[in-house]
Amino acid sequence: MKPIKVLIAKTGLDGHDRGAKVVARALSEAGMEVIYTGLRQTPEKIVQAALEEDVDVIGLSSLSGAHEYFFSEVARLLKEKELEHILLLGGGIIPKEDILSLKAEGVDEIFTSGTPTGEIISYIKENVAGD
Amino acid sequence: MDKKVWLQNIASLPERKKEFKTLSGLSVDAVYTKEDIQGDLGMPGDYPYTRGVYPTMYRGRLWTMRQYAGFGSAKESNKRYKYLLEKGQTGLSVAFDLPTQIGYDSDHYLAKGEVGRVGVAIDSLQDMEVLFADIPLDKVSTSMTINATAPVLLAMYLALAEKRGIPFAKLSGTIQNDILKEYVARGTYIFPPQESMRLITDVFAYCHEHVPNWNTISISGYHIREAGSSAVQELAFTIANGIAYVEAAIEAGMKVDDFAPRLSFFFNSQMDFLEEIAKFRAARRIWAEIMKERFGAKDPKSMMLRFHTQTAGSALSAQQPENNVVRVTLQALAAVLGGTQSLHTNALDEALGLPTERTAEIALRTQQIIAYESGVVDTVDPLAGSYYLESLTDQVETEVKRYLDRIEVMGGAVKAIETGYMQKEIQNSAYRYQVEVENKERLVVGINAFADQREEDIEILRLDPLVERLQEKCLRELKESRDTVLVEKTLKELKEKARSTENLMPYILEAVKAYATLGEISDVLRNVFGEYAAKELI
Repeated sequence: MKPIKVLIAKTGLDGHDRGAKVVARALSEAGMEVIYTGLRQTPEKIVQAALEEDVDVIGLSSLSGAHEYFFSEVARLLKEKELEHILLLGGGIIPKEDILSLKAEGVDEIFTSGTPTGEIISYIKENVAGD
Repeated sequence: MDKKVWLQNIASLPERKKEFKTLSGLSVDAVYTKEDIQGDLGMPGDYPYTRGVYPTMYRGRLWTMRQYAGFGSAKESNKRYKYLLEKGQTGLSVAFDLPTQIGYDSDHYLAKGEVGRVGVAIDSLQDMEVLFADIPLDKVSTSMTINATAPVLLAMYLALAEKRGIPFAKLSGTIQNDILKEYVARGTYIFPPQESMRLITDVFAYCHEHVPNWNTISISGYHIREAGSSAVQELAFTIANGIAYVEAAIEAGMKVDDFAPRLSFFFNSQMDFLEEIAKFRAARRIWAEIMKERFGAKDPKSMMLRFHTQTAGSALSAQQPENNVVRVTLQALAAVLGGTQSLHTNALDEALGLPTERTAEIALRTQQIIAYESGVVDTVDPLAGSYYLESLTDQVETEVKRYLDRIEVMGGAVKAIETGYMQKEIQNSAYRYQVEVENKERLVVGINAFADQREEDIEILRLDPLVERLQEKCLRELKESRDTVLVEKTLKELKEKARSTENLMPYILEAVKAYATLGEISDVLRNVFGEYAAKELI
C-alpha cells in the first residue's frame, strides 16, 4: 500500500517551527511520507507544492495569530483548484472561537497546543483511509 | 557517613522511579553531600561571578520588571505600556510584529495577515513617535526584541530622542540584535550570516562611541529553549553564539573591553526549578572564564554575564490555564534565585492567545509578590552551598563545555549553524520530550495527568482587524508628505556605503530621519547583501 503523503507547512512569517517539526517527525515515524516546506510559505506556494507532490494531507502551522487569514486562504485555493479531496489540518495557538469559523471555511480539523501526536496520526489514518 | 555507603544502604528501599533525571536528562542522585562540592565559590560581585555579578544584588536594587508587550498599532501599544508603567512595571519591552522584524512594510504582500499580530507594526519614525508618546526616554529603559532590522529600529529610537532633545548618553535599553539564534530557532533572519554579523558589529562600534549605556545585543538562549533544547544546550549554544560575536567584533578591529561590557544575555526559565538556578549560575562562571582567559578581557565588566529572563512559554498549557500562574511563579522564582537582572513573567493565557490587561497584570503582580513578600531577595545567592545545587551547577558547566569543545572543532557557531548541527540537536531534544510526555514518563498537569474535559472559557484579546488597513493608509499619507528627494538621497548613500566596509549606523540614522520606511531601508540592504536561504532538515 502506498504510504499516506503529508505536506507540513509554516504559513506566513511565523518562525515557531517546533510543533511543525515534531509533528512531521511523528507522522514520518508512523510510516507516512512527510514533506516539510520550511518557513515563510504563502498560501499559493503551499497549494502549489501540495499539487505537485500529490499529497493526501496538508498540515498548516501558525503560532503568530495569523491563522484566520492563512488557513482560510489555503482552503479557498484548494477549492478553487478542485483539490478538496486533500485533508486540510491546522495547528498552533488557535482560540476556540476561531476553530468553528475555520472549519466552516473548509479546514477539516484543528489541533491545538497539548494535542498528543498519536491523536493526529489516528485522525489522519481514519480520514485518508477511505480514499 | 560516606555517600557511597549511604547509597548502598538505601539501595534496597523502593523508589517511585527506576531513574531520576532533570528536565534536561541529567541524572539525579538520592542525596548529595559535601563530597559533591568542590573548590571556593568566591563572593558575589567577584570573578567568576557564580554568586552574582553585583556584590549586593537585590539588596541594592531589585531586578527590572520588564513585561514584553506590543500588538496592533503604535497607539494601542503605547496605551498598554502606559498601563504597565502605571501598575509598577520598571522597564519597557517592545514586541514588534513579524513584518517589522523581517523588514517588510505593512503594505508588502508578504506582510498580509501578519500586521500587528505578534507585536506592534512599525513602518517609519512616525510610528515610533506614536509608540513612545508621553514616555520619558531618558528615564525608562527600553528593550526591543528586534534582530535582522535591529539597526533600523535602534536608529528610529535615536532619531526620536534627538527630536526630543535627549542626549544619546542618557538613553538606556537593549536591542536583541542576535541573528545567530534566528537561524537556529526563531526564524526572523533576512541577510546571510556574514553580512548580518557586519551589521551587528557596526552597532557595537557605533554605540561604543555614541550610546554608551545601550546594551548592544542580547545573546539569547530563550528561543533555543522554546524550540525544544535542553538547559545544557540552551546555555552551550548561546555561549557559542556569544563567542562568535566577540570574535567578529575583534576581527572588525574593536578592542574587547570596548564592547564586551555592553553585551547582555537572555535566558529561559523552565520548570525544573533547581536545574534552572544551576544553569544561571553556571552561565556566569563559564562566560567570565571565557572572557578573561580566552579573550584576555581586563575590565571586570567584560566578564560579567548580565541577563534577562523570560518564563517558558512552551511550559504553559492551554488546558486548565489558571495553573499557569503557579508554573510562572516557580519559573520566576528560579530566575530570581539565579540572579537575573530583569524578568518577564508570562501571562496565564499565552497558550491561547495574547494576554488581556487582566492577565498581564497578574503576571506583573507575580514578580512583585516575589520581590516584596517572599523574602528571597534579602540575602545574596541564598542557595549557595547547597550540596545538590553546587553539584548541579558544576555538572551543567561540564556538559556545556563539552558542547563548546565540539562546536569549536566544527569551526565555531556559524559553521555549527550552517551545517544544521544546532538545529538538529534541538529538534532531537524536542522530539524526545514529546515522546516522554506521550509515554507518560513525564507528567504535565492538565495535559497527560489530572486532565479533565472541562471547556475553558477564557477571554482572549482580539486584535482590531483594521490595523492592516490603517497602517497602509498611514504609509500612503507618509509617502505623500515626506521630502522624497531627501529620502532617495539618503537611501542611495546607504546603498553605496553598504558596498563599502564603513559603519552603516550613521547612514541608517539619516535615512530614518528623512522618514524612509523600514521596508525601503531593508530593501536597500537586501539588494546589496542578498538573503539567507535556510536549509530545512527534519
